[in-house]
Order: sequence, then structure tokens, then C-alpha cells
Amino acid sequence: MGSLQLLPPSASAHAADMDWLFAALLGVSAFILLLVFGLMILFCIRYRKGSKVERGNRLGRTWRVEVAWTGLTFAAFLVLYFWGANLYVRIHSPPSDATDIYVVGKQWMWKIEHPGGQREIDTLHVPVGRPVRLVLTSQDVIHDFAIPAFRIRQDAVPGRYETLWFTPTEIGEYRLFCAEFCGTWHARMGGTVVVMEPSDFQRWLDSQDPGPSLAQEGEALFSSYGCSGCHGGASTVHAPKLEGLFGRPVPLEDGRTVIADDRYLRDSILMPKAEIAAGYPPVMPSFAGQIGEDDLLKLVAYIKSLADKTADSAERPAP
Amino acid sequence: MSDAAPASQSAPQPEPQYATVEQQAEAASFGMWVFLATEVLFFGGMLLAYTWLRANHPDGVAEAGRHTTVVIGSVNTLVLLTSSFTMAWAVHAAEHGRQKALTRLLSATALLGLLFLGLKGYEYHGEWTEHLVPGLNFHQDGPHARTIELFYFLYFLLTGLHGIHVTIGIVLIALLAVRARRGAFSARYYTPVEVTGLYWHFVDIVWIFLYPLIYLVGRSGP
Amino acid sequence: MTTATVTGKPEEPVVATKNYLTEGGVTLRSWLLTRDHKRIAILYTLSITFFFFVGGAAATLIRLNLVTPPGIFTPDIYNRLFTLHGVIMVWFFLIPSIPNTMGNFLIPLMIGAKDLAFPRLNLLSWYLYVGAGFLALFAILIGGVDTGWTFYTPFSSLYSNGYVVLALAAVLAVGFSSILTGLNFIVTTHRMRAPGMTWYRLPVFVWSNYATSVIMVLATPVLAITLILVAAERLLKVGIFDPALGGDPLLFQHLFWFYSHPAVYIMILPGFGVISEIVPCFARKPLFGYKFVVWSSIAISVIGFFVWAHHMFVAGISLYAGLVFSLLSYVIAVPSAIKVFNWTATLHKGWISFDAPMLYALGFIGLFTIGGLTGLFVANLAFDVHVTDTYFVVAHFHYIMVGGMVSAYFGGLHYWWPKVTGRLYPEWWARIAALLIFFGFNLTFFPQFILGYLGMERRYYSYPPEFQAWNIFSSAGASVLAVGYALPFFYLGWSLFRGKRAGANPWAATGLEWQTPSPPPTHNFDRTPTVTRPPYQYRPEPEPQDV
Repeated sequence: MGSLQLLPPSASAHAADMDWLFAALLGVSAFILLLVFGLMILFCIRYRKGSKVERGNRLGRTWRVEVAWTGLTFAAFLVLYFWGANLYVRIHSPPSDATDIYVVGKQWMWKIEHPGGQREIDTLHVPVGRPVRLVLTSQDVIHDFAIPAFRIRQDAVPGRYETLWFTPTEIGEYRLFCAEFCGTWHARMGGTVVVMEPSDFQRWLDSQDPGPSLAQEGEALFSSYGCSGCHGGASTVHAPKLEGLFGRPVPLEDGRTVIADDRYLRDSILMPKAEIAAGYPPVMPSFAGQIGEDDLLKLVAYIKSLADKTADSAERPAP
Repeated sequence: MSDAAPASQSAPQPEPQYATVEQQAEAASFGMWVFLATEVLFFGGMLLAYTWLRANHPDGVAEAGRHTTVVIGSVNTLVLLTSSFTMAWAVHAAEHGRQKALTRLLSATALLGLLFLGLKGYEYHGEWTEHLVPGLNFHQDGPHARTIELFYFLYFLLTGLHGIHVTIGIVLIALLAVRARRGAFSARYYTPVEVTGLYWHFVDIVWIFLYPLIYLVGRSGP
Repeated sequence: MTTATVTGKPEEPVVATKNYLTEGGVTLRSWLLTRDHKRIAILYTLSITFFFFVGGAAATLIRLNLVTPPGIFTPDIYNRLFTLHGVIMVWFFLIPSIPNTMGNFLIPLMIGAKDLAFPRLNLLSWYLYVGAGFLALFAILIGGVDTGWTFYTPFSSLYSNGYVVLALAAVLAVGFSSILTGLNFIVTTHRMRAPGMTWYRLPVFVWSNYATSVIMVLATPVLAITLILVAAERLLKVGIFDPALGGDPLLFQHLFWFYSHPAVYIMILPGFGVISEIVPCFARKPLFGYKFVVWSSIAISVIGFFVWAHHMFVAGISLYAGLVFSLLSYVIAVPSAIKVFNWTATLHKGWISFDAPMLYALGFIGLFTIGGLTGLFVANLAFDVHVTDTYFVVAHFHYIMVGGMVSAYFGGLHYWWPKVTGRLYPEWWARIAALLIFFGFNLTFFPQFILGYLGMERRYYSYPPEFQAWNIFSSAGASVLAVGYALPFFYLGWSLFRGKRAGANPWAATGLEWQTPSPPPTHNFDRTPTVTRPPYQYRPEPEPQDV
């Protein structure tokens, strides 16, 4: 039996900010709670039946009192709202230099793949002090990747990519949970997040059997699924070239412009007709139901790896 | 509502919980309005699912829409609109105590409702032979097969539930017609006719929403 | 306790022989075919009590399992237990609890009507409820359901190994029961008020049941269609919610919470009504800020429809949706705060006595305040990202639903017990039970806030060792709570036969329901009352009230 712990370990920059927010929420609540309880107890004792205190001059003009406490409460609430909203926006804006790690949830394990091709299950190794962005998806039902020590969590939804980022600040091992009910062994679907010194982390990466990297595997899939037939350099089909595409704005047929991010690439493979790049005929077939989540991740990683290359062909969509 | 009482021939008496017949009539028609509010949200949930489908798969929905039988849909729209007209007329007749006209108009409304159901059944039969019934015999090819299946699932759900509403309406109206023939209603007491009329118009309005969403959506534009 | 008299009548020490319990026969048939709202309320009370103990038994087993991880049950059994607990407690206890028992009994009495507008519909609603309840029990007995009460897709539609469709059908049926009740209350409140009973003379209990009914009528059909869609996906394998079939799992969550968030207010609003009756009566003062209390109920029922996505802050909704729904959730906290302040202000300069209903009411205000304040925590975007699906959320909604609603239910039960049965309950036993419930509740659920912040997730049959200490506190509290809940069952049962006879108005309360004998006659009033005054015209010393 453990001791009576009050706060979880705090191991990321965000965790420290969150604990301040927690303190503020506690402060406001304690104030209101003491006010309500205090007045209730005071009134109950002072105005109990049989006590002989003065009861004349009751509060009149109730609407003034009502407006006053309505206004004050709402003002206090707004401060808390903006504080929390600000933090929320921040945990949804990963820095551009964050390392992407891919996480696929399935009943009942977390499959994690590092950009170098290292794979692990139910354990996540990360270097201290470096921002990490997790790209989450699920193979079956909805899961949720929760790290209390970092004060963050995010659902892994099948058919979508969700992201979650953090910068660990403390070396150590922290618990990892699945927080969205996912069936029989939901409670066992968790593990450990290991925060290491960057040098130790590099050593750990090197010690792992790297296997082909995601992008390398993606490259192989790129030809085996026949993508290269149209999108490859030698193709005669008028299809958008993918070199230098990732992260750039893409003008669409319907006049909108979208950024070519994970979601856009994924949707373009599964639902090519939804967002057609301007100037290209909508001839690409949908690959929905033909490419599994694992392979999709690899393809997307491959296309991302082309971000810094330039296409030989002049047919690349205008940036 | 079902609590609208069968009144005795001469001087209608309210049910025990009401003070007057007028109060009872008001409660009955207000009750129907509240019930219709529930119904709006009931169909609204399905229409939201439809909206989601169309927003995400516009092409598939358009293609699925072209599988529908627009002729039957249009004729059915006409049939239901006419039945709404005869129903409104029936309420008017009841208001003026014209028993015979009331009986005839109610019967006409019920028959038009039956015609609607008959045509709908014929349409369902056609969809069965074209393998468009999800879960039972759905079979389509092409890139949009999944969307077509979903579209047809929602189609059967929406029109099926609408059909159940029509069936209930027909039964209610037929019962009213029988009672009208026996002289149960008068210019002083015709609440059931009025309340059932409200219901029937609602069923009609639902169809007015369904018709373009199902039959016309795939046929607009070039 | 003094027994007040009703103007124009002598004091009635003996129960009128002609009352709703004896008139119309005492046969089983006369009960099962009754159209009297009071008898239907009794039928509801009996069946709801049954389901409360079923749900409570599941809760007991859950707490038992969590004392020593990995517990005594296999995960599949544990998953079925918390699903059973959730489904039964939400749909078969909390949602119908106050409206269908006290609302059914009191609304016609409070507005001076002979019955609800549609008595047959009312009886049908009870049959639907009981039928649905047995269907749910049947699903449990043949193997159970393991989805949680939220039925999240695609788990429920394609992966669950339980009897999901049966459970969905049961919830669907109980939903229709709730729609019929809501419809009946709305029409009754609009059309059946006694002469002089203007809207602003309605007791707050009627107002809050009215607000509840609006939600029942407008939100429940959306639940119905959502459940039909899940069942269809499970049976026919058409993809509405499963992405593998072309659907969208978030669509389910939007549809589900569009009902289930307003449903939270279905559960708590009637409780506000009960407290607003009890507090003025035992403080011998008019309710402070009547119109504000009334309109805050209406505001809650309206804004309640626009906060549903605050259940989905980590589910993958857009950033902007998160910002809007969090703001609206803060907005809806304001009317709840208004009520707490008004109840507290009602105590100011009153003549407060501490009978059991008042103890429950004070307990309610305290626990609801804690529940409401922690609502501010979970409505907060960044904070919610840390505690969603943890015990923090579990503790938060139990403070509202159990600390709040169940306290209000017991408070109301004791307050109107003399009216319903014509007997007084034993006061000291009732006070002991009220205190046990208050302290047992806090001991059970306060540790869960801490557990949640530490990161203990919901729906875990087992957990890491560092969480055990707080779990032991929680389970210990649960056993105190269980005693607290079981006590009334015995002493109230005892009072049915041995309790002192209550007069028409043992609390010297205002309100039309107290102006007719206890138990009331079948048609409630010998003559339709005429109302000339606003509600809650309490004065310091009990004195004759006139109508």
C-alpha cells in the first residue's frame, strides 16, 4: 500500500504551468466554498429557531444583490477561462523543431515507431529538454494516450491523426495509460515513458535494431501500391509531384488553400476527390480500405521525407 | 392525443381531470404540438447524419441520389400534398358540423395515405431488385459503393420511419372516419379531428423535407 | 412539529378515510390500471427504489474490487459491473427519479389540478419504464454489456462482446417513457393551473420540472436516433460511426452528448426544485430572489443544449470548437451559482429549524457547490486535458448526481412523506441517516478528486500501487454511504405502519399541496382552489394559512 500522494510527478514544462492553473482554480474555489459554507454555517447558528437576534431590515431590492454576485462570479470565471484557453492553445501548437514519433493504438497495446525506424511497444523513450510531437492513430477502437506526469492526453481515433507534443524536463520513468475505455484489457494498456539524457537517448537509439526507417519502408510501399506510376518522376500522367510538398500551402480546385500536413496527405490518399489540387484532373482512385494504418503512416513519412528535395519536373504544384 | 375522450352524443363531457371541454381541447392540441416538437428533433438527428454524409462524400451522395426513382417520389409528393389538403378540408367541415362531408374527406385522406404507402412499397421492391438494400442484399460496384450503401441505409431509415408515421396516421384517420359516420363529432366537439389533422400535416411536412434530399440532390447541376 | 390547520376546517388528527390509497379499491388490478397521478407516482417510487438498489449493488461490488488491485473480478466482469451501474443509475434512477415520483405526485397538487393532462399517457410511460427496466436486467442476466453507459463507437458497434443491442433497446424504450412524461408535464403546467395560479405564483418545484420536461422532449429523440444508428451499425454492418466502414466515430460523440449533456440537467434541475421548496419552509422565509431562481432554471435548460462538446476536448475536435464550448460551459455555471447564493441568502435572518429534510437540503447545497466548483475545473480547457476520463471527472459528476441529486431526492422524500402516506417518519433516525449520507459521501468521493489529478483513469479494474491508499479511503466511505442509504428503507417502511398520523400540513408549509388532507383524495381537492398570493409567504411563527 502506497503512501498518501497528493500531486503526480511534474516532468514537463507544461506540467509546471498546469500546476499553477490548478492552484488558481483551487484558490477561486476555496474562496467561493468558504464564502458559501461560512455564510451557511453562520446563518444556521445565528438565525436558528429560538435564537433571539434582531431580524428586522431584511435585504430588499434583491435584484441589485443578484446582479452584483452574477457579475462578479462571471468575471472571475472569465479569468479562469482565458488562462486555461491560453494553455490549451499552446499545447496544440507544437514547435517546428519537434521530433515526430508515431503511435498506433490497438487492443491492447501502444505501438511506437521512432523516425529512425526503431520500434517499441508500451514504452516510449524520449530525450530530456527536446520537444517531441506524437502523431497518434488507432487501428481499431478509440484509445487515449495519457501521461499524467506531463499533464497531457489525447484520444487516438481510428481513421484520423491527432497530435500531442511535450518537452520533458525531468529525467525519470513515468506512467503511461490508456484513458479511453477500449475493452477487456483497457486497464492493462499502458506502460512507461522513459525520459533520458540526450546522449543516453542517442545510445539507446543506436542500440536498437533500427530496421528500415519509416520513410524507407514508405518508399517501397510507394511503388508497390503503384503510387509511383503517376507521382513518380518518370511518369507521363499529369499528377502532382510530391517533392517539396510537405508543409507548403496547396491551392485547391475550389479556390481554398490548405497546408499539406499529415491530415492532408492522409485524406488525399483515402479521399482524393475531397480536396483536389488546382490544375490537376481528379483521376486518382481512393485507397480507402486498401491501405492499413501502419502503411499509411509509412507512406506519409516517405512523402514528408521528400519535403526538402526539389522535383526534377517543372510540373510541381505552385507553392 | 389518445386521451381526447369519446364524447357522448348530445352534451360532451370533459374527462374528470379537466374543468371544461374547452380546456380539454386546448390541452389535446397543445399536447400534439409538444409531441411534434419531439418528432422534429427525432427526424433532425437523422437529417444531421445525412448532412454529415453529404458534406464528407458529396460525389457518392450525388451518385446514390441518381439511383432513386424520382417519378415515384414526385407522384408521392403530390399524393401526400393532396391528402393534406383533404385533411385540412375535413377539419374545416368538422368545424361547421358537416358530418357527411367530414366522413368522406377523412376517408379520402386515408385512401390517399394508402396510395402513398402502395407506391412506396413498389419503390422498395424496385430497390430490392437493384440490390440497394443495405445489410440484406446490398451489392454495388464502383468507388462510391460505401457511400451509396450509407445513403441507402439512411434512406430506408428515414422513409421507413416516415412510413410508420404514415401508417399510424392512416389508422387514426380511418378510426375517425368510422366515428364521424356514427356522428361522434359536432361543431362543438371535434378535437380528435383537429389534433389528428395537425399530426397528418406534420407527416406531410417531413416528406417535403425528405423529397429533395433523397430524389433531387443527385440530379441538380450539370 | 406543530400541525397547522387549514382555514375553514377543523384540525384533522385522523386520516380522511376517503383518500387516493383507499378510493377505487385496493386490488392489484386497481393499481396496475390506475390513472391517478398519485398512484402512478407510487408505482414509480417502488420500481425506481428497486433499480436504485440494483445500481447500488453494482457500485458496492466496484468499490470492493478496487480495494486490492488487481481485485476480485476478471476484467470482463468488472467492465460489465460499471456498465450496469452507469446504465441503471443514469436511465433507470437519476433521470426518472424526482420528476416521475415527486413530480408526478406533486405537480397537479401544487398547481391545483385534479390530475395530469393525460393520465393514460402517464400510465403508459410507467409501463414503458418497467418494460425497459426488465429488458435491461435481461441483458445483464444473459451476459451483460461492457461498453460503459456512453456506448462509444466503434467499440460498441463492432468490437464489444456484450449484449449491446438489447441494452440499446432498453435505453431507447426508457427514453420514450421520459418523452411522454415531459410532454405530460409541459401540457399540464400550461393548461391545468387553478384560477389565480399565474406563472410567477408557481412553486419553483413546478418551474424546474417544467424546465426539465423541455429538455426531455427536445433532447431525448436525438438519443433515440443515435442508439438506432449504433444498433444498425452493429447488426447490419453499415458504417456510420466506424471509420473502417467509412463512418466517423466523432459523429457518434456529438450526437450522444447532444442528448447526454442536457440529460445531466434533467437529473439535477428537479433537485433544485426540491431544495427551493424545503429551504424557505424550514427557514420560515420567502425564497430569496424567486424570479432569479426561476429564470436560472430556464437559462440552464436552454444553454444546456449548447455545451455538449465539452466532453470532447481531447477527442479530436477543432481548437476553435474547444474554445467556444469551454466558454459556454463557464457561462452555464453562472445560473447554478445564482441558485446557491439565493438559497444561502434565504437563510439570512430566518428562523431555521433542522428537521431531516432541511439537513438533506443543507447537505445538498454544500455538495452541489463542491460539484459545481469542480465543474469549473473540468470546463477549463487545459485542466480538462489532464483529467478527462480520470477519477476527477468521476468524482465531479458524483458530487452533482449523488451528493446533489440523491440528497435532494431523499430530502424531498422525507419532506413530502407525510403528504404521500399520511404518516410521519421517525425524526431522529432520519437525521442520523442524513448525516451518515453526508459524511459517507464525502469520504467516498473526495479522495477520487485527488486520485484523478494523480492520473488514475476511469474504468480500470486494476491500478498501480501508488493509488491504493486513496482507494481504500474511498471504499471505506462507500460502506458508510451504503448504511446511510439502507437506513431510510427500514425506518420509512416502519413508519408506514407505526408512524404517527400526520395532519394535512405538518410543516406549516405554504403551497397548495399542503391545503388538502394527507393522503389527498383521488381528485386532490374537494373544491378547485383559487390562488391569490405568490408562493413561499412564510412568516416567523407557524400560523393558519389561507388559500
